[in-house]
Amino acid sequence: MPQSDPGVLWGLVVAASQRSTSSLRGADVSVNSVELVRGSSLGGQLDDLCGRSVLLVIKDQLTAALALIELDGIARRLVLCPPDLPANHIPSVMATASVDAVVSDQTGSDIGAPNVGCFVPCSPILVSAYPQRHRRHQTEWILLTSGTTGLPKLVIHTLSSLAAPIRIGGPLGRTAVWSTFYDIRRYGGLQIFLRAVLGGGSLVLSSAGEATGDFLVRAGAAGVTHISGTPSHWRRALMSPAARRIAPQYVRLSGEIADQAILDRLRACYVGSRVAHAFASTEAGVAFDVGDGRSGFPASLIGQQGVDVEMKIEDGLLRIRSARTARAYLGSEGKTLADKNGFVDTGDMVELRGDRYYFSGRGDGIINVGGRKVHPEEVEAVINRHPGVQMSLVRARKNPITGAVVAADVVLKTELGSKSAAAETEALKREVLNACHAALTPHKVPAAIRFVPSLEVTAAGKLARFHA
Amino acid sequence: MSVRSAVLDQFRLVAREQGKELAPLSDDLVLLESGLDSLCFAIVVVRLEDSLGFDPFSAADGIDFPRNLGEFVKFYEDAAK
Repeated sequence: MPQSDPGVLWGLVVAASQRSTSSLRGADVSVNSVELVRGSSLGGQLDDLCGRSVLLVIKDQLTAALALIELDGIARRLVLCPPDLPANHIPSVMATASVDAVVSDQTGSDIGAPNVGCFVPCSPILVSAYPQRHRRHQTEWILLTSGTTGLPKLVIHTLSSLAAPIRIGGPLGRTAVWSTFYDIRRYGGLQIFLRAVLGGGSLVLSSAGEATGDFLVRAGAAGVTHISGTPSHWRRALMSPAARRIAPQYVRLSGEIADQAILDRLRACYVGSRVAHAFASTEAGVAFDVGDGRSGFPASLIGQQGVDVEMKIEDGLLRIRSARTARAYLGSEGKTLADKNGFVDTGDMVELRGDRYYFSGRGDGIINVGGRKVHPEEVEAVINRHPGVQMSLVRARKNPITGAVVAADVVLKTELGSKSAAAETEALKREVLNACHAALTPHKVPAAIRFVPSLEVTAAGKLARFHA
Repeated sequence: MSVRSAVLDQFRLVAREQGKELAPLSDDLVLLESGLDSLCFAIVVVRLEDSLGFDPFSAADGIDFPRNLGEFVKFYEDAAK
């Protein structure tokens, strides 16, 4: 699979700044491309980071964007921590990625990495530095995605695989003002960051803790033309009185199943804009965009040959081969993502109805809560630790706000007495919920718990899971 | 229990469970300024479906979502009729 070399981010910003001025805008600070090519967000300490495996633990998105632009081509490896990564996961991420340097806008002890050899603070306030820079490494970009045990899996990309879905150049790119509800440390947000940087456009980024309404007002004032988010992000935006403060030309959804209701609502709110939903995942990359206003995707996309993204369906699961997929997982003995023919299993099940395919859930039972994955086994393990619980089954329950929420069916060791059943049930539910809250990030905690007399077990002795 | 008090109870309960500071509840409170995030609203909708027996969001194709608390309560009251 041929991969074109986009160069390094820094070089692309320099080239773009010679044609026109663009900017990266946070809530409090903005940086334009002319300032960016003359300054450093890393206090000029780039040489210290050369060739290292660098963990980026940065609260502020704009600061993270600046650090990524500086470090691509310099660091051997960039490990992008999303802002909500629990601090107790940082040691395992550092070990897996052989991290030998940390870049952060917090202190080393704040982020749970007090003893790293090389610690470089970063800030959105640039200092003058580096008239010349050259690529010294083909930097690996490591993205985090959820794993079965609760610890994140580390997915290896390069700028080539990340940028492969993006057409570079053209005058439109320079006038575009991009924005996203995603964080740029996640695949969906990173795509928008790269579209802005590679195309020479501007980018409006949300700041930590910024309210959705405030962000929409700011994006509207900046004249945002292209904006992306998950269906859940968009449902939330449409609940804001500020939803109509933006008037984008292009509205993009990805990261979750886009149902017809959210597509219709967006088309009604943003009349005249192009509403498109994309299929993408951290592992499989961007597969396709659908712009006809209908949920699902045309069956004709499957089985095409000689195209950038080849797709096929095996056992009801969508499989993808392209230059956009990640290379491997880090730390799992080099376990590759692709099969021997180069196809990556997306884990997403599809169903053919008429001339279209529709997504119908996950083959592995993963629950997608507002674009964030939950492995049922991780939640079941927590519930099963309660002394009164015999076994449990965690499954997706459809939800109009976040697409799905986590629901749990629980079998107790002893049946509840009928007399005080209601009070006993409530108290037990509360205990199980409290245990989940203590051990799990909020989106993994069951929104509903049901006590059931038994759970179906297959002939092979495993819990029968229904993934629809 | 009235639909209104069922809704308000869930706002309070879910805010407490999720450790969110809930703004004083009034009909003109903008939902996104209530202190609840999307996950909280998702849970509120699930719990109300379990206690009231319906989910007006899933039934409402193409209708604007409520933006303040008064509209949210009315959304449920209308569905209960």
